[in-house]
Amino acid sequence: MALANGHDSHTHIVPIRVYLLVYAALLVLLVLTVGAAYLPGRHTLLNNVIALTIAIAKAVLVVLYFMHVRYSTRLTWLWASAGFFWLLIMFILTLGDYFTRHWVPAIGWE
Amino acid sequence: MSVTVAKPGEVRHNYLNAGDTVLSWLLTTDHKRIAILYLVSVSFFFLVGGLLAGLIRLELLTPQGDLMTSENYNRVFTMHGVVMIFLFLIPVIPAVLGNFLVPLMVGARDLAFPRLNLASWYLYMAGGLIATWAMVTGGVDTGWTFYPPYSSSYSTSQVTLTIIGAFIIGFSSIATGINFIVTIHKMRAPGLTWFRLPLFIWAHYATSVIIVLGTPVVAITLLLVVAERVFRLGIFDPALGGDPILFQHLFWFYSHPAVYIMVLPAMGVISEVVSCFSRKRVFGYHFVAFSSVAIAVIGFLVWGHHMFTTGQSVYAGMVFSLLSFLVAVPSAVKVFNWTATMYKGTIDLRAPLLYVMGFIGLFVIGGLTGLFLAALATDVHLQDTYFVVAHFHYIMVGGTILGYMAGLHFWWPKITGRMYPEGIAKLTALVIFAGFNLTFLPQFVLGFLGMPRRYHWYPEEWQMLHVMSTAGAFLLGIGFILPVFYLLWSLRTGALAGPNPWGATGLEWKVDSPPITHNFEQTPIVTEEPYAYDNHHEPEEVFSGTGASTTKR
Amino acid sequence: MVQEQAPQNVSLQFEDVHQQNESYIVGMWTFLVTEIMFFGAVFATYLVYRVANHTAFWEAHLRLDIPLGFINTCVLLTSSLTMALTVHYAQRQMPKQQLLWLSVTMALAMAFLVVKGFEYHHKYVEGLIPGPNFRFEPAEYFRPAQLFFSLYFAMTGLHALHVLIGVLVMAVMAVLIAIRHSSVQDFIPVELVGLYWHFVDIVWIFLFPLLYLIPR
Repeated sequence: MALANGHDSHTHIVPIRVYLLVYAALLVLLVLTVGAAYLPGRHTLLNNVIALTIAIAKAVLVVLYFMHVRYSTRLTWLWASAGFFWLLIMFILTLGDYFTRHWVPAIGWE
Repeated sequence: MSVTVAKPGEVRHNYLNAGDTVLSWLLTTDHKRIAILYLVSVSFFFLVGGLLAGLIRLELLTPQGDLMTSENYNRVFTMHGVVMIFLFLIPVIPAVLGNFLVPLMVGARDLAFPRLNLASWYLYMAGGLIATWAMVTGGVDTGWTFYPPYSSSYSTSQVTLTIIGAFIIGFSSIATGINFIVTIHKMRAPGLTWFRLPLFIWAHYATSVIIVLGTPVVAITLLLVVAERVFRLGIFDPALGGDPILFQHLFWFYSHPAVYIMVLPAMGVISEVVSCFSRKRVFGYHFVAFSSVAIAVIGFLVWGHHMFTTGQSVYAGMVFSLLSFLVAVPSAVKVFNWTATMYKGTIDLRAPLLYVMGFIGLFVIGGLTGLFLAALATDVHLQDTYFVVAHFHYIMVGGTILGYMAGLHFWWPKITGRMYPEGIAKLTALVIFAGFNLTFLPQFVLGFLGMPRRYHWYPEEWQMLHVMSTAGAFLLGIGFILPVFYLLWSLRTGALAGPNPWGATGLEWKVDSPPITHNFEQTPIVTEEPYAYDNHHEPEEVFSGTGASTTKR
Repeated sequence: MVQEQAPQNVSLQFEDVHQQNESYIVGMWTFLVTEIMFFGAVFATYLVYRVANHTAFWEAHLRLDIPLGFINTCVLLTSSLTMALTVHYAQRQMPKQQLLWLSVTMALAMAFLVVKGFEYHHKYVEGLIPGPNFRFEPAEYFRPAQLFFSLYFAMTGLHALHVLIGVLVMAVMAVLIAIRHSSVQDFIPVELVGLYWHFVDIVWIFLFPLLYLIPR
């Protein structure tokens, strides 16, 4: 049986060792998230950034290894990132409205 | 696959005579038969939407609301919008012409996922039936935009059912979008590189991207409205702590790009037809191709221009206004390139080209009036008036429907194997053009004078303009009924078309009319640029045979 | 090459196995893009309201059961691992191990749903279901807290629905593998289910910190 075949991207078999490593990393990151949420003191922004960064790191690990995007064609890369990118557009433009809604209008506008 | 060779005088197998039981149609996975299923059902809903439009125009004939009550008028214009947008304009070109032509144009035997394709038709029908059921059992009166809190907390009409219908239809269009994307990426014939693809394919690719990225957003947003309505989950209703403007953000995140879902496929049709009947290459092929993608991308960044007067931040409004102006650039690139294609071409003024010329003119008017609405200050005056109504009908009727009519006539010989009658088809094109302008040109004036949309009482001095509009609507109605008769008539009595009656380029013209079930007897190999009209391709002379003449193996 | 050991049926519309496999993978990813946007809209809704009602959301999130949420996160992460193993053994043509790990994945998925059910029940008992019976102290946060729980139920409910669909699909898949059905001879169907399952996992990866771990 030709097992891990590195030449053919379509049938690339990821060794179990890699899966276990990724899994361990995911669990460590999970513990880190929970830990960071209980940091003493109030660091709302910092906490949010840490939580979000860790979540993104976890998602990237899952996408690259469990979902095999690391071993896939460029087309898969493209589509895998397209969704997240478009989501970002939606967030930025929508939140852009909310963050600027209460700004004082410039002089002479009203 | 069996390879059959035609003998002279023999009735060849084709997708139409491949089976004649009802089941052979209802269980087909042939993209061409599914296109026919869509053609029939989409036409039916167009009729329904058209009749509702007729009711609106009849009511507006007089300044007093004397034909129906205000409540019923609300229901009629809402259902006109819902049926026309979700059940007609969004599926019409992709699901009918796209379904039929995408595999043929890329040289594939079918779409990538034929069963998904059939499922999409069933989803469409299920959604359509639920929406129809909602109409019959009381209708819906929120406007097609379903703005909360009215839709979620106050309306007593069938909002939930209608939204569930629209939700299901959304999945039907997602299925079509996924199918097109995978087919165009993975199933192109050997030699058919991206820049040898017909512009129709580029347009459908861009459309599919919008469908895939946008439709889920409106689906979940409408579902949240249902959740708020049924379970009183407070999400958008201010009385429950929510923000109705957020609904508008999410709704228009899809529904503005949805305008491009409607018009981009039509633009694809225009590129094919204008090139064929000018017997010239499309001027600036790469620009037209990339302008489709640019419209798809920029189209996603402009939705806030629907909300200038709703309490959105002025700063966000400025950004959205600027981005909206940007869409004009790729749109203008297309218009200029089509006219440049016709310039010094050998014009053959057939019915499809008449529609195309109508499209170009009306789309320019629709697009330019869009700039008025994208400008912050002007929009404050024009928002929610008949100016807006006229503007988007110029894009949707003058753009999408004229594009669809052009495509339907252009590929009718391919779809049915018969020619449509040219004379009456040209006359119909003129009737539609005249009727359309008579209907909607006065509405620009009405809107500018201050006539708000969705009202059926109005000051008497505006009656003349409304009478003109109603008269135009009935002329337009006649224009849409005529093709039903002459196209059906042509099924029996039209002249036999042959594989390539227009002498057009493109893989779809190199197979029989109508094509065989799996399109190609051998996988075609493409060796030339699209629209190579330069020296060869005279109608019916080069391609009197059946095989793939310019493809070499 | 593995594919040569497992002759795949090539559907008529495809030229060869490669084209077919890639079409399915790209098709699935395109579908997942629609799913990303689907959940993304609710996430956007949540973000807007959380920014606007930060303190109230913090107060409201204290009523969530963080240990249960933590356990459920572990369960889902583990199920992602077992799903990856299922695909691994499918690629190696070892149906017994494949079936074993698929069943473990299903069991974990159901465990997730059971825990979720307990959480929902607690919320019901505590009167935290939005609607006429919703109760929340302090009263000044009543409306934004109701908003928080509306979004909590919308988001986790939508996610749970996806888990449920995953369980059903996996059950069908398990039966097909058990009877050695020809449609699951190669690894592509399992890979597609796997992609879906990992996506469901990713959604939870974001849901957990967003809902359960709001910083003060």
